[in-house]
Parts: sequence; C-alpha cells; structure tokens
Amino acid sequence: MTDSFVQLSLTPILIGVLASCACALPGNFLVLRRQSLMGDAISHVAFPGIVAAFLLTGTLAAWPMLIGAAGAAIVAVGLIELIRRLGNIDPGAAMGVVFTTMFAAGVLLLEQTGARNVHLDVEHALYGNLESLIWLKGTSWAALTDPEALAALPPQLGRLALVLLAVAAFTAAFWKELLIGTFDPTFAASVGARPGLVSAGLVVTVAVAAVAAFDAVGSIIVIAMFICPAASARMMTDRMGPQIGWSLVFAALAAVMGFVLAAYGPLWLGGRHSLSAAGMIAAVSGAILAGAALCGPRRKGTRAAA
Amino acid sequence: MDGFLSALLLQAGYNTALVTVGSALLGASAGAIGGFVLLRKRSLVSDAISHATLPGLALAFIAMAALGGDGRWLPGLMIGAALSAALGLLALDWLASRTRLPEDAAIGAVLSVFFGAGVVLMTVIQTLPMGRQAGIAGYLLGSTAGMLRSEAEIIALTSALVGLAIFVLRRPFTLVCFDPEYALVRGVNIRAADLAMMALLLAVTVIGLKVAGLVLIVALTIIPPVAARFWTDRPGAMVVIAAALGAAAAWLGAVLSSLARGLPTGALIVLIAFALFLASLLLSPRRGLVAKALQRHRFRGLVQERQGLLALARGAPIYDGATLRRLKARGHVGAEGATTPKGRAAAEAAMRDEARWSLYRRLHPDESVSTPGGLRPLAEILPADIIGELDSRLAVRGVQP
Repeated sequence: MTDSFVQLSLTPILIGVLASCACALPGNFLVLRRQSLMGDAISHVAFPGIVAAFLLTGTLAAWPMLIGAAGAAIVAVGLIELIRRLGNIDPGAAMGVVFTTMFAAGVLLLEQTGARNVHLDVEHALYGNLESLIWLKGTSWAALTDPEALAALPPQLGRLALVLLAVAAFTAAFWKELLIGTFDPTFAASVGARPGLVSAGLVVTVAVAAVAAFDAVGSIIVIAMFICPAASARMMTDRMGPQIGWSLVFAALAAVMGFVLAAYGPLWLGGRHSLSAAGMIAAVSGAILAGAALCGPRRKGTRAAA
Repeated sequence: MDGFLSALLLQAGYNTALVTVGSALLGASAGAIGGFVLLRKRSLVSDAISHATLPGLALAFIAMAALGGDGRWLPGLMIGAALSAALGLLALDWLASRTRLPEDAAIGAVLSVFFGAGVVLMTVIQTLPMGRQAGIAGYLLGSTAGMLRSEAEIIALTSALVGLAIFVLRRPFTLVCFDPEYALVRGVNIRAADLAMMALLLAVTVIGLKVAGLVLIVALTIIPPVAARFWTDRPGAMVVIAAALGAAAAWLGAVLSSLARGLPTGALIVLIAFALFLASLLLSPRRGLVAKALQRHRFRGLVQERQGLLALARGAPIYDGATLRRLKARGHVGAEGATTPKGRAAAEAAMRDEARWSLYRRLHPDESVSTPGGLRPLAEILPADIIGELDSRLAVRGVQP
C-alpha cells in the first residue's frame, strides 16, 4: 500500500464502512419487524426527492438534496400508510404502488425539465459515486495529523459519522422500547412503552440513514446494507445484542472487501479499469449472507439448534 | 392533438401501432398475473425478479458481444435476463423456506445483491473495447423509441402467449390463492401452481424490460391489480379488470411517449396506471372514498331523522340545527317550527317502531345483533308474523301498537 492509498482509497473505504454500519444498525429491527422493504421503498423515493429539490433550488448543493430526499421519504411513508388504511390493501402492495409511482414521477420530471444535462441522472442515483470521494490533500499517512489536510476531507465523511452516531444513540436510548415493540407490540402497549411512537422513530431513523448514505454511496448499497448484514447476523445468534454486533462486523467487512475487490481486483487480474464499488459491496454482502445461510449455527431458527 | 388521436387509434405508422399493441398485450398479461400474485400476498416478489434480471442482461450482452454478434439482440438478452431472474427466484425461495428469514427480507436481499452484481457487470461492459453500454442502459428505464419491428413483434407475441397461459391456469391459481388446503384436496399441486405463477410473473417481467424498464416493470404487476381490487370482490372479475386497466395504461403510455422526445415510456405507463388507481380509490361504488363518504352522510341523516322524530313524539325540544333542518326538509316540521300532521304520524310510527325494536332486542338478543333495526322501520326488515307477535305482546302491556 503506497501513499496513493491514503489519497484515493482511505476515505471511500471509511465512508463505505460508515454508511454500511449506519444502515445495518436499524436494519436489524427492520428485518425482525418484517419491514425490510421499507428501506427499499425509501431509497427508491429519494431519487424523485432529489430531482424536486434540484428543480426548486437550482443547485446540486448537499443540503437541499438531503432535505428533498428526506421530504420524499416522509411523503412516501405517509402515502403508503394512507393507501393501506383507506383501501385496506396489503402493505407490500401499497408500498409497491407508492414507490414506483414516485420514482416514475422523478424520471419524468428529470426528462421534461432538462435537469438531465446537469449531472443528475438515474444511474448516478442508483449506483452512487463512492470512487469519487477521494481526499486530494491526503498525500500521505502524515496528512492524518495535518489539520489543513483534514479540513479538506470529503464532507460526506463527517456527515455519515454524525448520522452513525445519531443512529447508535437512538438505538441505545430506546433499546428496551425497540426490543419489546419488535417482539411483542401488544405487551409493549400495555406497559406504556408507546410502540407506535417508537416505530415511527425507527422509520425516521431509517430515512435519515438511507438519505445520508444515499448521498454518498447510491441507493443500491443502502438497500443491501439494511437487509443483508442483519439477515446474516440473524443466522448466527438468537440474542439481539450479539446480532447487532455481528451485523456491524458483516457490514464493515462487506464495505472494505467490496471496495478493495472493485478497486484492485481488476488490476490483479491484469485489467486497467476499476469496477463499481457500490455494486461490489452489495455483491459481497450477498456472499456473506449466502455463507451465513449455508452454515450459520442458527440458520433454521431456535428449534433446529436445540 | 391530431398526432395523439392517430397514434391512439393505431394510425401513426405500422411500427408505432405494433409497439402500442405489444405494450397493451404486455400490460394485460402483467395486470392479470399481478392480480393472482396480489391475492397470494406476494406482490413485491416481482420487485426482486425485475432487479435480478440485471446480471443476466449484462452477461448476455458480454457473451453475445464476445462471440462477435450484436450485444443488443433482444431474444438473447431476454434469455439471459430470464435465467438470472430464475436464479434469483430460486435463491429467494430457498432463503424463505430453508432458513429463518421471512420472505420480505429474502426479497430485499435478492433484489439488492443481484442488482449490485449487475451494476458491477455493467461497469465491466463499460471497460470492454467494443462495449458501448448504450444498448443496455435503456433497460433500466425502458424505452420504446427506436424499437425494431422484430422486437415489437416478439414482445406482442410472447405477451399474448403469457396471457393465454394465465387463462388456462386460472382455476388452479384461484384455488391456491384462497384455499390452499382445499386446492390440495382437489388434486392441485400447490407447489407446482405457485411455481407456474412465479414463472409467468418472471416471463412478464422479462418481456416488459424493454418497454417499462427494470425499475418500473414491477408497477405494471402491482398497481392495476390493486386498483381492480376496488371494483369487485370476485377473483375472476378482479383479474379481468386488472388486465383491462393494465392494457389501458400501457396503451396510453406507449401512445403518449411516441409523441415527443423526453417522454420515457415506463414512467408514463406507471403514472397513468397510478391515475387509474386514484380514480378507483375515489370513485369505486363499492369501496371508493366518495361512496363511503356518501354512505356515512346518508347514515347520519337517518340517525338524525329518527332521533328528531322520537323527540317530536315525546314533545321534547330539538336543539340540534342539522336535525331540525332534516325534519323540515322531510316536511315533518313546518317552517315556523310546529309539527305538521305528517310529522305527527311519522313520530308516532317511529315511537311504535322503537317499542317493537327494544322488545325484539330483549326477546331475541342473538338475532338482533345481525338485524339492522333502530333506523329503518322494523316492518321492512322482519317477517309479518314476528311483527304481529311483537305487537300482541306490546298490546298486553298496554302500549298502543
């Protein structure tokens, strides 16, 4: 590893790890609550939110984009709930109706307003642009102690670190409420743990994590990281604490391995171009899930282990 | 406008007409199979299927280009897409049935992992010397612009075949959706029926990739059936309505997108389907919001009238403005607030009915639960002999019948 590692690979790897962990943490609860596809829906609707924010503000600055995506996520969750209640429709189908429609509206808006010409397109939203988040001033390991170089770190790094901290704080603060709300909502309601409020908080957490990660790494990693690490961890243990530990380890592992494979794999094989890091991270998380599903000690549930 | 009409009526050239008809057939097949999938509560499986087509598409493109052919040859791409989607479906089934994961987590895992692998392969295509991924990027969002005649013919033909297969298999599908155990007794192989349903869903998804794109094709299998659910409670009718709505959305979407540049077919089809869904949500006479609001309004009116008449009968003053207006509108109360002769008669009738109703509830507590008494005259609901019996009991106790 030479100095160019710090410049070109260190920050994308760190951002990938932070984004993966920020998504994997609430993902544990989504998987247990059978709301896995909430992450899918939210990351699909972030795209129209970003298009709308661009059309309203005319800039591609980070904050309007983030607010647009978050607003779209809130609108989508509200619409899903509305359609589910009003029409008495299966939640999966209600979700499908809402996120496809909003995504289609985003595509049409983009094409009709010519926003496409200014570096805003569907592919970018889906795949993200992890490789471009380099640290130009990080010319060597010594830059880690140089305040001037540190100031030039990609802003996504700090943002995602903050979001991960916030997600972890939420999980820690409402640990008990989240747990009983997940496993026994009726009991949670009877002891005054406000399961409705806590699950709304969880949805907001998911949306924040999805939007922040989406900005840095694209929606494909977001969906993969909400589900795959948590699902793999579920095969390893029956206890919630260890499951969260496993999921974070898996998420970080997928992020590091995925990035390294995408950036350096082709070079080892004699190629000259690197591959999509976002796609590779998702693929590696899938490989981890396959491994856990094949040989995880708790893959068949508690009964098989007894 | 002329362009729109002629395109709508298939008069805008053979190619456009073929694309339109092909899209409509696709929409009908997607709506029909989506109807069964919705009843089986597996709507989002199609999301996993459609995303899982990407690695197959990319691999087929690479393989065909490497063999010296045109990487964009549609049947080859469709076969590749179908193979990788089938693999995704198997992985989904295996995760959901052999491990502790619930189906939704399995769907999300398959969707994201396969799509991620596909994205990696797309970047491989970008680096290939002969590779322009332009031919493949269209499959993300769908585009019927510049579609070859042979491609349109393939889409129309395969959609028609899928529609036919759905028609043939409609009975086992319905049975499996509603009563798997009864289906088993009737000799239907549930696993085979489920498999066939998923295979047809997969076929529709793969055929629709070119038209709607892989992010949006899932909408064609979800939105029309959900909209159709508002119009009927019968599965057969629902599937037919879903097919009709899907065909209409696809037809209109294909026509509109042929009119100008920058109108992506998939997005238009989805938005039109959503408009049809909204119309169903609002206007359906059975479960629509307007119908429900009217029903509630009518119910409130009945309650007000009955309570008002009972108050008149007791000679009690009426303070509620809405109730008073209702009584005046029905001619029970005159303009200056005095009870009319008609109102007196109605009030007596209401009093008598109330007496009958409370006696009936005491005598037959179980039956009265399912009797909509208390608002409509009991004589309209119960047979004459029961009314007679109630009246004779009331007469014994000195209440004037």
